[in-house]
Amino acid sequence: MSATTQPALAPAKNAAVAARLGRSRKRGDMMARSLSLLATSIGLIFLTSILVTLFYKGFNAMNLSVFTEVTRPPGSNGGLLNAIVGSLIQVALGTAIGTPIGMLVGTYLAEYARGSAFGGMVRFVSDILLSAPSILIGLFVYSLLVLPFGGFSGWAGVAALAIIIIPIVVRTTEDMLSLIPNTLREAVIGLGSPKWKMIVLVCWRSAISGIITGVLLGIARIAGETAPLLFTSLGNNAWSTDLTQPLPSLPITIYSYAGSPFQDWIELAWAGALVITLAVLGLNIAARSLFSGKK
Amino acid sequence: MTQAAAISAGTPVPARANSGGNTGDAVFALACRAAGASVLLLLGGIIVSLFIGGLPAFEKFGVEFLWSTEWDPVTEVFGAGVSIYGTVVTAIIAIVLAVPVAFGVAFTLTELAPNWLRRPVGTAVELLAAVPSIIYGMWGFFLIAPIMAEYVQPLAIDTLGEVPGIGFLFQGPPFGTGIFTAALILAIMILPFIAATMRDVFSQVPAVYKESAYGLGCTTWEVMKGVVLPYTRVSVAGGIMLGLGRALGETMAVTFVIGNANRITTTLFGPGNTIASVVALEFGESETGSLKLAALLALGFILFVLSFIVLAISRFLLRSRLKG
Repeated sequence: MSATTQPALAPAKNAAVAARLGRSRKRGDMMARSLSLLATSIGLIFLTSILVTLFYKGFNAMNLSVFTEVTRPPGSNGGLLNAIVGSLIQVALGTAIGTPIGMLVGTYLAEYARGSAFGGMVRFVSDILLSAPSILIGLFVYSLLVLPFGGFSGWAGVAALAIIIIPIVVRTTEDMLSLIPNTLREAVIGLGSPKWKMIVLVCWRSAISGIITGVLLGIARIAGETAPLLFTSLGNNAWSTDLTQPLPSLPITIYSYAGSPFQDWIELAWAGALVITLAVLGLNIAARSLFSGKK
Repeated sequence: MTQAAAISAGTPVPARANSGGNTGDAVFALACRAAGASVLLLLGGIIVSLFIGGLPAFEKFGVEFLWSTEWDPVTEVFGAGVSIYGTVVTAIIAIVLAVPVAFGVAFTLTELAPNWLRRPVGTAVELLAAVPSIIYGMWGFFLIAPIMAEYVQPLAIDTLGEVPGIGFLFQGPPFGTGIFTAALILAIMILPFIAATMRDVFSQVPAVYKESAYGLGCTTWEVMKGVVLPYTRVSVAGGIMLGLGRALGETMAVTFVIGNANRITTTLFGPGNTIASVVALEFGESETGSLKLAALLALGFILFVLSFIVLAISRFLLRSRLKG
């Protein structure tokens, strides 16, 4: 920027100075550009490295029994079926419980609480929860649902995941509802519709693709959550779909297998890691293309 | 806007005989408000439950719990000093590593890359944020830690370790795991959050400002340095704080690579632990009602306070961006 103030110099001796200055400014620009491109490639290299490692190790360990057998002791050709089913149950129920609550909160923020102090507080707290360490959600649910009810349970895991997905849904719901032009709301109210019908039948419907995007991103997030499940559903090496008992889940199984000294368990952990990453990245890409397609 | 505000504020709409609007409106508004209040209750519940759970430890050890470096389950003496140190140090190193790279990514995505490249590259960087943290842990443990132990750390110990003044940071045996490796993994994990915030705020700079600078003959870098950065610096700081908040509480990835030792080492390659890694690892071995469990919940409370402060500052700094 300082370069732009140069013309104050006497013109006679300027040509050489200006040329030198111009060269050094161009050099600075080139340097900044190259470093930025380098930084971007570093980011992309890390992503590629993670994916390549996962595919390489995961495919080597992948076979049908991963999906058809339950977890077994080391050396006996177990699979991950119970863990996958347990994860599906917890993620599905967590989403089913968390999504409506998150949508109501987002609706409250966008339709009822614009500019109100209480609404501002709810928005602030929800945004804090969005980035709060998930391990603390696990500890909270542990003191709320595990300690008083005498043991780890699938329901506690469901509750933890539901709490984690709520702020994600809140954020997208509010953002999507705020994009709807007010003239649309006025038109609906002008036709004599009660406000709740305006919200449910018109606003939600116009915002639905954005909200679905948010929910898909939320599912992707909670599907990979490990820390909160350590204290809630705990994990289970047997086949179990009983939500009042400790429930297996894919991330927890990966965690305990990857840290084990047994080669076949570590390989299973890689297979599980590949499954979960493909699911999560697939959901992300699906969500993004859905959103950009509808917009 | 004023009309909409009036509608939003709940101006009564003339009820019609057959619409059932009044009851429906009341019920729906109540449901929304209750859901909003439940979010506040949730945060309150987290604070209160962690505090009450950790109370026995706070009572037993007093304020000293915060800096005592002892952690001995056998004699039941617990202190948070080492894990607070590890949490803060790994998070700060992660920020130092991640911010320049994130800035480069944001600069590339907003000013340098051709339009057709921006979306795919932007998506790829955002996908880094979507990869579950346990995957980072495995990748770090099985791929990065051996590379660190084999190449990076020996090289650093032989060269940087000899430099007077800062040499002590790069000494000791090359384990591969440890504070620095954990910070590196954290840096990669928070990179997309910081980069996304920077990109968003950079692209909100009014085009006229940039065009004026270009019109004066500025180079792209000079426009970034002299116009875009000064215009967005508050939001950029907010994005960095957001990354810091994320780094403080990251659990699984850190647990895999930090080495898990309860001691403070001056070398960056030494093992350590963080609040989150201690809680995740030691939780399984603590009995209900034991002092150890209380100490872990107390650690959770401290972590909550730390990340709450950082995230609140981040929200505060980003508020102008959020408004508009």
